[in-house]
Amino acid sequence: MSERSRAGSSGPRTNQTAKRIAFGVGGVVLLVAIWELYKALGPATGVVVGDLTILPRTTDLAMPHVWDMIGRLFEPTGGGRDAMPVWLAVVQASVFSLGVAAVGWVVGVVVGLLLAILMQRFRTAESAVLPWIILSQTVPLIAIAPLVRRWGSQLEFGDFSWENWMSVAVIASYLAFFPVSIGALRGLNSPDTIHVELFRSYGVGWWKTLFVLRLPASVPYLLPALRLAAANAVIGTVVAEVSIGLRGGIGRMIIEYAQQASGDPAKTWAPIFGAVAVGLVAAGFIALLGVLLRRYRRGEVPA
Amino acid sequence: MKHSTRLISGVGALAVTALALAGCSSGGSSDSTDSADSGDLTPVSLQLQWYSQAQFAGYYAALDQGYYEDEGLDVSILEGAADIVPIDVLTGGDADFAISWVPKVLGSIEQGAAVTDIAQIFERSGTTQISMKDANITSPADLKGKTVGSWGYGNEWELFAGMQKAGVNVGDISLVQQAFDMNGFLAGDIQAAQAMTYNEYAQVLETVNPATGELYTPEELNVINWNDEGTAMLQDAIWADSDRLASDSDYADTAVKFIKASIKGWAYARDNPEEAAKIVTASGSQLGESHQLWMTNEVNKLIWPSENGVGMINQDEWDQTVSIAKGTENETGATIITSDPPETAFSNEYVEKALSELKDEGVDVNGADFKPITVTLKEGGQ
Repeated sequence: MSERSRAGSSGPRTNQTAKRIAFGVGGVVLLVAIWELYKALGPATGVVVGDLTILPRTTDLAMPHVWDMIGRLFEPTGGGRDAMPVWLAVVQASVFSLGVAAVGWVVGVVVGLLLAILMQRFRTAESAVLPWIILSQTVPLIAIAPLVRRWGSQLEFGDFSWENWMSVAVIASYLAFFPVSIGALRGLNSPDTIHVELFRSYGVGWWKTLFVLRLPASVPYLLPALRLAAANAVIGTVVAEVSIGLRGGIGRMIIEYAQQASGDPAKTWAPIFGAVAVGLVAAGFIALLGVLLRRYRRGEVPA
Repeated sequence: MKHSTRLISGVGALAVTALALAGCSSGGSSDSTDSADSGDLTPVSLQLQWYSQAQFAGYYAALDQGYYEDEGLDVSILEGAADIVPIDVLTGGDADFAISWVPKVLGSIEQGAAVTDIAQIFERSGTTQISMKDANITSPADLKGKTVGSWGYGNEWELFAGMQKAGVNVGDISLVQQAFDMNGFLAGDIQAAQAMTYNEYAQVLETVNPATGELYTPEELNVINWNDEGTAMLQDAIWADSDRLASDSDYADTAVKFIKASIKGWAYARDNPEEAAKIVTASGSQLGESHQLWMTNEVNKLIWPSENGVGMINQDEWDQTVSIAKGTENETGATIITSDPPETAFSNEYVEKALSELKDEGVDVNGADFKPITVTLKEGGQ
């Protein structure tokens, strides 16, 4: 990404914003156009090379019309007498999943930051912990999700009892802490030696160096890491919801509606839109965070 | 030094996690059903195989109608999910009872799980292999050379047994992994697809046939029913922890009470299918109204009429399940089990007690004059 303007320069800014929105809307319109165009012109049996289908069938079953998918959002879910419209059910599920993902993200960010600070402070800790952090991400999610649920259900102290959504949040945090710990470690180590030595020659302690020099310097590394963590938290939440069947979230809704995909193909897409919306809100939140921290965003680097 | 700092950070991370979660613990929704406050009730948890749906109507009906409470039980029903194995939850001590298919559990038992089938709720198998009329597949022998769908994960054994009986090897068909929906079947990728009478079969009948513009009808389909082919295996049963049954007399008493109230729930579902379907929907099932009622009715057919009383494990059906589990090879040449299961794998002791109490109360546990209702499916199961 090119160097951002520091501040001010409002004239071309609004113009740029308008352009960006236009591009965003254009992208969606283009996607819809490609979908409908392929559906109209593509072969009904899909494009098959050998035994391998490389482009999908264009039947209503496989590719419902975009307007059918949208229209379906405003019809009732079909779950009995007090059925609500699909869009409302999807919004409720999305908010629920977003909440769980947010908890997972916060926990993941805190743990990731603490690990990064620890590794920055002690070189031995870095060589001891870093391989484990990397190794932790090679464990398949579907293997740990039921385990976390079962360990969690055995936890109980005082009035606190473990609930299933917490297992999902833990799994989300398990995915979220990784980019944060790696990104933050790079960020904390990013100040020039000359600056670090300046602090040392003034006799500034480690904590003060951390807060005044290292943490501000880490922001350009941290923001992309936080964005990755947000995406990971959302994915972790949805997958873990599927895995342990947590009621109320978008992950379970995807499965429930997928089971009805044959008779009601347009409905299947509703929770997928919801999942996209959750991802967008999460990304938007990080963008907001970036605005708040814009003082420190010099020469942002990709994670 | 290294150790102490790592330890501190580990403890710190744990504390942060716990704090963050404790702070938000009020917001979550629990998937266990509301329980009565009364302290006299014995807490009991039941692990299902899947989400709430009419396949489990009897348990939800028993809960809703207060049958469990009448027996002094405070039952919470735990839903299943993609990665949850009910028998693992049971042996892990996180549930008191579990619902599972017999062949799946036989494999777990051979691997060391100490569990007992204490009530065989479904007497008949709901698994079928369906195909379009024009494919002309009316018997397992016709599957030769066809693309045949199966969900795998232990759902394939009745199919393989039926083929083996008809002299068709697993290598003679092209086996296709089937998804949750019936799209592969409707698109023609799968010529003979696996379908539960109470679920996937209905999914097809809820779909508009593009050729006619109407919903698919049973007349357009051929169904191979494994009950008729003699390779049916026992399905939904109530499983209990064998060790606890042997050592803990309270648990054994609870098992009898639990079976009794559950059978009462199933009798309610038989006599009031519409209400039972509504109870399941109210418990949070997302299935459409007509689909839910269809499922209730079809599940009733798997249970009723029951010659020896619901839940009785009939020796000949058990033996058939075990012999198929021992003698049927899958595509890798493996069988579910290699030797006979232990004596503790099933017991009629508890269900007999429950049935005699129910008979004393005048509950019809045989349903000899059971008549299924007629359910009209609507598009998309609405």
